[in-house]
Amino acid sequence: MSVRLAEAPRTAPDAPAPPGGRVQGGLLDPGQLLRSLPDAVRKLDPRTMWRNPVMFIVEIGAVWSTVLAVSRPSWFSWLIVAWLWLTVTFANLAEAVAEGRGKAQADSLRRAKTDTTARRLVGWAPGGPVVEEPVPAPALRQGDHVIVEAGQIIPGDGDVVEGIASVDESAITGESAPVIRESGGDRSAVTGGTKVLSDRIIVKITQRPGESFIDRMIALVEGANRQKTPNEIALNILLASLTIIFVMAVATLQPLAIFAKANEPGVPDSLALNAHGVTGIVMVSLLVCLIPTTIGALLSAIGIAGMDRLVQRNVLAMSGRAVEAAGDVDTLLLDKTGTITLGDRQAAEFIPIDGVTEQELADAAQLASLADETPEGRSIVVFAKTAYGLRERSPGELAHATWIRFTAQTRMSGVDLDDGPGGTRHLRKGAAAAVLTWVLDHGGLPETDVAGVVDGISAAGGTPLVVGEVVREAGTDRARLLGVIHLKDVVKAGMRERFAEMRRMGIRTVMITGDNPLTARAIADEAGVDDFLAEARPEDKMALIKREQEGGRLVAMTGDGTNDAPALAQADVGVAMNTGTSAAKEAGNMVDLDSNPTKLIEIVEIGKQLLITRGALTTFSIANDIAKYFAIIPAMFAALYPGLDRLNVMRLHSPQSAVLSAVIFNAVIIVALIPLALRGVKYRPSSASKLLSRNLCVYGLGGVVAPFIGIKFVDLLVQFLPGMS
Amino acid sequence: MSATLAGVLFTGSLVLALAVVHRPLGDHMYRVYTGTRHARPERVIYRLVGVHPEAEQTWASYARGVLAFSAVSVLFLYGLQRLQNHLLLSLGFRPVVTHQAWNTAISFVTNTNWQSYSGESTMGHLVQMAGLAVQNFVSAAVGMAVAIALVRGFARKRTDRLGNFWVDLVRGTLRILLPIAFVAAIILVIGGAVQNFHDPHTVQTLTGARQPITGGPVASQEAVKELGTNGGGFYNANSAHPFENPTAWTNWLEIFLLLMIPFGLPRTFGRMVGSVRQGRAIVAVMATLAVISVTLLSFFQLAHHGTVPTAIGSSMEGVETRFGVADSATFADATTLTSTGAVNSFHDSYTSLGGLMTMVDMMLGEVAPGGTGSGLYGMLILAVVTVFVAGLMVGRTPEYLGKKIGSREIKFAAAYFLITPICVLAGTAVAMAGTWGRGGTLNRGAHGLSEVLYAFTSASNNNGSAFAGLTANTPFYDTALGLAMAFGRFLPMIFVLALAGSLARQGRTPVSEGTLPTHRPQFVGMVAGVTVVLVALTFLPALALGPLAEGVH
Repeated sequence: MSVRLAEAPRTAPDAPAPPGGRVQGGLLDPGQLLRSLPDAVRKLDPRTMWRNPVMFIVEIGAVWSTVLAVSRPSWFSWLIVAWLWLTVTFANLAEAVAEGRGKAQADSLRRAKTDTTARRLVGWAPGGPVVEEPVPAPALRQGDHVIVEAGQIIPGDGDVVEGIASVDESAITGESAPVIRESGGDRSAVTGGTKVLSDRIIVKITQRPGESFIDRMIALVEGANRQKTPNEIALNILLASLTIIFVMAVATLQPLAIFAKANEPGVPDSLALNAHGVTGIVMVSLLVCLIPTTIGALLSAIGIAGMDRLVQRNVLAMSGRAVEAAGDVDTLLLDKTGTITLGDRQAAEFIPIDGVTEQELADAAQLASLADETPEGRSIVVFAKTAYGLRERSPGELAHATWIRFTAQTRMSGVDLDDGPGGTRHLRKGAAAAVLTWVLDHGGLPETDVAGVVDGISAAGGTPLVVGEVVREAGTDRARLLGVIHLKDVVKAGMRERFAEMRRMGIRTVMITGDNPLTARAIADEAGVDDFLAEARPEDKMALIKREQEGGRLVAMTGDGTNDAPALAQADVGVAMNTGTSAAKEAGNMVDLDSNPTKLIEIVEIGKQLLITRGALTTFSIANDIAKYFAIIPAMFAALYPGLDRLNVMRLHSPQSAVLSAVIFNAVIIVALIPLALRGVKYRPSSASKLLSRNLCVYGLGGVVAPFIGIKFVDLLVQFLPGMS
Repeated sequence: MSATLAGVLFTGSLVLALAVVHRPLGDHMYRVYTGTRHARPERVIYRLVGVHPEAEQTWASYARGVLAFSAVSVLFLYGLQRLQNHLLLSLGFRPVVTHQAWNTAISFVTNTNWQSYSGESTMGHLVQMAGLAVQNFVSAAVGMAVAIALVRGFARKRTDRLGNFWVDLVRGTLRILLPIAFVAAIILVIGGAVQNFHDPHTVQTLTGARQPITGGPVASQEAVKELGTNGGGFYNANSAHPFENPTAWTNWLEIFLLLMIPFGLPRTFGRMVGSVRQGRAIVAVMATLAVISVTLLSFFQLAHHGTVPTAIGSSMEGVETRFGVADSATFADATTLTSTGAVNSFHDSYTSLGGLMTMVDMMLGEVAPGGTGSGLYGMLILAVVTVFVAGLMVGRTPEYLGKKIGSREIKFAAAYFLITPICVLAGTAVAMAGTWGRGGTLNRGAHGLSEVLYAFTSASNNNGSAFAGLTANTPFYDTALGLAMAFGRFLPMIFVLALAGSLARQGRTPVSEGTLPTHRPQFVGMVAGVTVVLVALTFLPALALGPLAEGVH
């Protein structure tokens, strides 16, 4: 699907969603880390850093230790200083890498934004005379009309008000097949920067200058005006308050340490503790290790990467808030057609009448449908072929055949076959009433069976088509009905499983359809949705959303038409189809460039994954503290109170190596977790309880155990460095 | 019967009794706080103070009520102590000195009941009865009122009203504390606690010295001292004094009394939010932490690692022989876990690790089960923080009891759990920084540091027990500890009420399969984990220089 995405440095963007639609993320290219390094260093500017309170504290600590190391240099202090700066840089690196991916996409989008000259119409009214003047595209205002012909670039976003054209939208969607855009209806929106391939259209500009869809896309993928989302703000508050507590815990330790040292005058000064209390370098190390640096460093990268994962699926979220809301969705409103079922009804069964075999009926039905180019007609041919092994015959293959095309007037299609001397065979297939009349007109008898079967199919929500035959031999007609074709909505493969998953995740699915309640129920049962809204008008949809929201539920929906716009605006997550009207695109808070309504389910999963990743890394970060206490506290005070060496459960080499190992582990874990932050924690749809058990086990328990192993490992290496004993 | 077995029986019977009582008591409290009828004496009180009992308050107005009532109480109590020589029943005592009077006034109004004075030689009967005992009731009722307001925040939706502080205060006092305290006082009198207005009775001791023995309204004050998790004893020796706590079974009763309301309130909470199992989960967190704590403390006391205890075969120093080591350890644990602060033995004399446990109990933030009311709201705040961190891991904006925990909510919750550690750590640091604080310690080195750390931990968490050893009646300690008590009580209350206000304004998100279940053992374990890792571990560096330094060999 992806011209644009292929240019961005990442893997397999055009791979179709894997079975079951599991959320996956792009992989991390090690080269990308290197490329982002200059950006990461640039972000050390305190004016940028203070936005991240946790890492800002680390930076202040790094500056302070540098001053201390300059005044009283030692191997130990310089090693600590170096790793403190690396800690800050690694945090910036995470953000820079996440942003870098967006930048690459933005660059390729910019290429689509060439300066074009628009042909503006002066005083144009529908049906009026066409007077045009050339103006540069940026000078266009809302409400201007422009004319675009084959081979020209559409100068701005707008709606087609006259004409029909095929348009190449690959610059936006990555989809190379042209799409049809026409005035009126739900396919009227065109996007600036796309190219008209045929015909001529008049477009009414709807964008304000400089605020085109492409401009907004560039801003979004670059994260230029990225604002913190509500949950991110809340998490930041919690992290800031934890930081304050640890700053207090470390700062207030000083008078206690001085008092303790003064009471044991026989104990010699060390690099960790002297008469002035704990040394500045060790103090900063303790603080940096205790405050939640892991999540503090990765928090913004997680947010950027979440948006990025949506972009990879060709979904543009207008705000991070919408992505978060997607994770919270309680009710999904899904349009039946195109989302739950394939677009058109398809043949599912041949029901022959007494004396006719299924094979005969299938053969007749296929012959009668060969000239029917409607999707229903094609489906009969295909069904006869797949279910009865009847080869598809092309209209030219049979000699002496007269093909009767399907028209809306006759509501029948068929074929007249020349069966040899004096005999002809006429087959018709079509709406029950039409075929019945045709058979009666040719002297056939009305079959009561057929009426029963037809009514039965209708009642079950299907569409019955009847097949009739007239055999003309020696001037006499023998007319009869052969049977009924059952056309029905075919539920897309895998939807039932998908909805069962949704149910396990606690999400209620509601199918929206214009069908009557009977039909709707049949499809709803087959697809396994929780509820349905039949004979839905736009205002019914709106009422349903409001009702759900009043009960405290969050609602997500997709839509494309102008009359969907109010509902899209009302829904907490409104995904507009890119093929839809600009009103719909304005009203929703996401746009799906592929115009695939099923993607709503993936969007929900991405939203959840974003929140899970944050929670998992926060838990991991906090759980890490336990091991760090066990590394640093004995290192600081075991000289004073030898009993405290019992807390040195990792048996670290020396106080210096213990402190350094903790600081190094603290820094390295940030880099080690960048891929996880960007990719997101693996998400399997399941109940909250199961999800929690799993994540708690991996990130909670793992967070307790990992640093014990990690710090010990680092200690085994750093003990050979100078200044470690 | 071995000491261990006796200890297990003692504690086991307490657990059993609490399990039996928490249900009817919780249900009773539920009816008290949700009932619509006012009793006649209550109407009289409302008319006297000029309160319209049907008018509900916003969180800010509720908080103003709490603060105004407490401020008036402090002034009244201060005045009473300063003027006691002009009043009745003064027993001839002089006015209490200014810094001590301030400290005592704050101490009793904040439900801390830290005592820098010794009761029998400082306070006349009028101050004890009209001042201190009254605060024993109302300060506990204030705590419960704030807890109930928070619960209403969870239970209600789309409103800015949290109930009426004055109604909650009056009902808590008259319908919950008074009747139970009345019955308990009578039982204590039966057990041998004194209740009289006799003049001091002078006796000749075994060594031949003459000692005045002061009687007084002891049993009545003792009952509410425990029931309201106050802890301010009539006598300096507190519950170690035979007039306050005469026998082993009154010892059992006193522990039971101080645990019963804190363990009953989660049931009330469950009833009010319409889901009893949510209350059960909260009580399970409290009980888990309490059982672990009492086991460890008893183990450390019975294992007695110290030199002297090992030499004499038991850690009997500072322990009353009529209670023994195990029962004293249970009392010490219950009193530090509940913000009561009454003592029947001297924590200063405990083994280093036993002493450490009493501090850790308080450092948990007085939530397992904590003080009357304050325990419940403290635990609910921790539940909110847990839901926030762990709840994200289920892929939804965290929610607790159908209320979303957004930035506003987390701001109040985070501010709440910032206050106490800051008070403890800053107070200790200031005290240890100069002679004003170091001078008060009895011991040098790590044990001296423990005395100061304990004092600020106890004051900031509104516990009120003392490590002994520390000379706390100095202008510095009276003032600093008074401030720690005031900040440690009222700032968290304001944040709790603000949180309640913001919760009540929300609608309610319906529960689905995707909602984090907050009634399962999984959640219970998580809240306990967060309490230990996020709250208690903060104090590890300080503890390392105090009891840990002494206790780990």
